[in-house]
Amino acid sequence: MAELTYRDAVARGIAQEMARDPDVVFLGEDVAKAGGVFKATVGLYDQFGPLRVRDTPISEQAILGAAMGAAMTGLKPIAEIMFSDFFAVCFDYIANEFPKSRYMSNGQTKCPLVVRTGNGAGSRFGAQHSQSVENWCMMIPGLKVVAPSTPTDVIGLMAAAVRDPDPVIFFEHKSLYPMKGEVPDGEIVDALGTARTVRTGTDATILALALMVPRALEAAERLKVEHGVDCEVVDVRSLVPLDTQTILGSVGRTHRLFTVEENPRLCGWGAEIVSIVADEAFYDLDGPPVRITTPHIPLPAADILEDMVLPTVERIVERVQRSLGA
Amino acid sequence: MASKAGHAAVSMDRRGGINDDIGEEKRLELYRLQVVIREAEQRAFDLFLQNLVKGTSHLSLGQEAVAAGFAAAMQPKDLSFCTYRGHAHTLARGVPVEAVLGELMQRDNGLMRGKGGSMHLTSEPHGVMGSYAIIGAHLPIACGAAWRAQYKGDKDVSVCFFGDGTTNIGAFHEALNFAAVWKLPVVFVCENNLYMEYTPIGDVTAVQHPAADRAASYGLERIVIDGNDADAVYRAAQTAFAKARAGHGPSLIECMTYRHSGHSRADPAKYRPEGELEKWKERDPIKIYRERLKQFGIGDDQVAKIDADVRRIVDEATEACKAAPPPSTDILFTDVYADGGWAWRN
Ligand SMILES: Cc1ncc(C[n+]2csc(CCOP(=O)(O)OP(=O)(O)O)c2C)c(N)n1
Ligand SMILES: [Mg+2]
Repeated sequence: MAELTYRDAVARGIAQEMARDPDVVFLGEDVAKAGGVFKATVGLYDQFGPLRVRDTPISEQAILGAAMGAAMTGLKPIAEIMFSDFFAVCFDYIANEFPKSRYMSNGQTKCPLVVRTGNGAGSRFGAQHSQSVENWCMMIPGLKVVAPSTPTDVIGLMAAAVRDPDPVIFFEHKSLYPMKGEVPDGEIVDALGTARTVRTGTDATILALALMVPRALEAAERLKVEHGVDCEVVDVRSLVPLDTQTILGSVGRTHRLFTVEENPRLCGWGAEIVSIVADEAFYDLDGPPVRITTPHIPLPAADILEDMVLPTVERIVERVQRSLGA
Repeated sequence: MASKAGHAAVSMDRRGGINDDIGEEKRLELYRLQVVIREAEQRAFDLFLQNLVKGTSHLSLGQEAVAAGFAAAMQPKDLSFCTYRGHAHTLARGVPVEAVLGELMQRDNGLMRGKGGSMHLTSEPHGVMGSYAIIGAHLPIACGAAWRAQYKGDKDVSVCFFGDGTTNIGAFHEALNFAAVWKLPVVFVCENNLYMEYTPIGDVTAVQHPAADRAASYGLERIVIDGNDADAVYRAAQTAFAKARAGHGPSLIECMTYRHSGHSRADPAKYRPEGELEKWKERDPIKIYRERLKQFGIGDDQVAKIDADVRRIVDEATEACKAAPPPSTDILFTDVYADGGWAWRN
């Protein structure tokens, strides 16, 4: 066991896979010599050299296109898009190219690559450097989408993503980079498509992702101490594949569902999950499912404003308590 | 329209006689490939008129020499990246006519059994790594395949075909710079057929030669060739491939050519100035090449035999496609993910 930041876990996860498989290569803007703008890839260039860890021009389409061409022909590239907001300038690859090639070619082509990206708010960067855009990717058949919340999950899900034969979009939360956690020694390999129950409880299920997981956990503690409400918290971790069994199982025990989503409200990931639960577990529910989200607005820059719109511990506590009438 | 390079090559041939740099065997291959494309594309058009080709289709009638010239210079392991106007490049790599027509006709014998359609012809075993219908998307992808070759020490070249209109999209410029700074073994081939869909390229482009006049921005040589002369294309391809294989990086080649049919399907191409098509038909690549074969002493009988042979193949392919069933619906949910299925949840 060692204490590691989420940031250092990124480099360790990539290094673990690069050391294992010489076909794993890594490219992106400022990622090599500079170690990334978030310093999440420091050391990789020194360890693996300029042929495997490559700085690119500011050409997001070239980065993702090159990753795809390399993946189609035998490499296992990891591509960095510095901020997930920039997906909008290279979305063709994410929406049209990676996920459709195998299907359109009737199974002739493959696309085993990982796109890792800095996602989410909390840095006071304003509307074009703070978004949570997991749902942009979740809606596209052919992609897999994960968003880890702890250093250990970063390493384990990175390994799973690199080893996966499909294109995986890997959302790192920028505000989690400095967070520390205990990480086991040795190789860590996790599984895509698995949610994790991070707190057991009997009164309500709270689903959360990435930065919202520690907030949901803290809210659950306060709900227990201050209101006597015992919440189960599930870290969804993987939006595609989606571990609906863990979610439905939890709702079956607690009979109430809350989602805590950083994305703006419309078509957020929780909407899909709520619809699945409504479809398949309606009679398990003792009350309406509740989505706690960022309102449907662009994100403001000022700290006082940003803090008002992201789901906070206080808001989660208030909303759960109000819904349960506790 | 024909460049100096093209004319110089022809006159050199005359002097060289039949022991020239290309040789009889390669010339017959170049001719045959062009005829295969001509006959198959013409058949695709006829089948469209009979309502047997569904969806859209973009023909390369008139542009056969580009596809033939590059394919004839490629090694089996070299990779082709095509656009929606990709039937020609797919056929040129040796994909059977039946598989191509079958895909256009959306039959079970189609190259992708109807899951891709005319715009996405792909045949991995032939090195046809896909046909891409989003303008410019495949230039970066070709860079990536070339990066793999560079990284692994493989000697194959990635060849990326696209139109004049494609030179005005960002991905073109990103890919050219990327390939140049990484010195990738990729060859970018611009088929300048003078038009986007319906708008003349000159109306919307700041330079006269949309690809070649941008080459200097990426430290590349300015290359414009006669894209209707298969020999000129073949020679330019050989030079670029040798450069790529030697580790000297990418090339950008602008091939001047013209499409005889409309942009797609039943586009009557009313936007063309009067006489333009006729002028270009005088420079029909197949006509040019028949004359070329004659210059090098290749007999009419050999030419006629190739013509008849190809026509028979296309006829047989047509009949096989007409007889083929539509795709079986059990492929609907296959190959979304690598496990063969489409499951997104447990
Ligand atoms: C990004 C994008 N924009 C527009 C289109 C629509 N479109 C399809 S073909 C075409 C013309 C392309 O012209 P050119 O590159 O010269 O190729 P050609 O069709 O002449 O072979 C256009 C605009 C598209 N498919 N993708
Ligand atoms: Mg054109």
